[in-house]
Amino acid sequence: MFDLTGKNALVTGASGGIGGEIARALHKAGAVVTLSGTRIAPLEALAAELGERAHVATCDLSDAASVEALPKLAAEKMGSVDVLVNNAGITRDNLFMRMSDDEWQSVIDVNLTSTFRLCRGVLRGMMKARWGRIVNISSVVGATGNPGQGNYAASKAGMVGMSKSLAAEVASRGITVNCVAPGFITTAMTDKLNDEQKARILTQVPAGRMGDAGEIAAAVLYLASPEAGYVTGTTLHVNGGMAMI
Amino acid sequence: MSDIADRVKKIVVEHLGVEEDKVTESASFIDDLGADSLDTVELVMAFEEEFGIEIPDDAAETIQTFGDAVKFISGAV
Repeated sequence: MFDLTGKNALVTGASGGIGGEIARALHKAGAVVTLSGTRIAPLEALAAELGERAHVATCDLSDAASVEALPKLAAEKMGSVDVLVNNAGITRDNLFMRMSDDEWQSVIDVNLTSTFRLCRGVLRGMMKARWGRIVNISSVVGATGNPGQGNYAASKAGMVGMSKSLAAEVASRGITVNCVAPGFITTAMTDKLNDEQKARILTQVPAGRMGDAGEIAAAVLYLASPEAGYVTGTTLHVNGGMAMI
Repeated sequence: MSDIADRVKKIVVEHLGVEEDKVTESASFIDDLGADSLDTVELVMAFEEEFGIEIPDDAAETIQTFGDAVKFISGAV
């Protein structure tokens, strides 16, 4: 099951905790992977760890030209892009009343607009191939909201609506578009929280623990697989029961 | 019939799975040949590749019939 041999996958944010695990899972299932991110050193380290079938393509997701170029670059390296995982994301948290236009815009640009551009960039190849998998990494806060994260929650909720619209457009071409919405996962992003914040969060998680990146990667692997061909426009929540939606 | 028209017709027949004699000068891709809006985007993509041209979005919108396509491509190649 979940064999991706012969498929070519592009993963953004592959230098991060969740993105790295996603790339490992797809690679382990047989896919060729292109690891994208802003910092080249961790990407090259991961590519070296994976060995064959791994490429590196740096990209600044806040730069439109760099984003536009990424699908073409990945296709040149691998021959095609059959699986796109939009995992890269940033936070610039602030209370609503204090949030600057720049804090708002930069999060929307990197999390939502770059996802739109990358989806658009891979569609032509997927349409011709009559096969494609797009998995957008949203967040539980896109569904529930979170104080201090108006910009981030908006970007992640935006991904869900965008994914459903695209899913409806391209379903007849064998292309599926889904979201995975992680809850609280142990990563560098959640390491910034202090112990008190973590303890408070855990009171809201029936599973009583944070998730790990491998549990997100497993959800992505499923949605990227041939077996998930009839699943499209959905959001798979992976959050230990924190929000049952 | 010109070489361009033949090549355009071949693409339309293959992509939309219609009989060749249905693809007349005035045949509308959507109204007469059963294309949906995504099919029309794919046809334009296929024309671009076949003829090595760029068909901008505003021009693509004016290509409604087989005749429109042949006329546009003849002027662009």
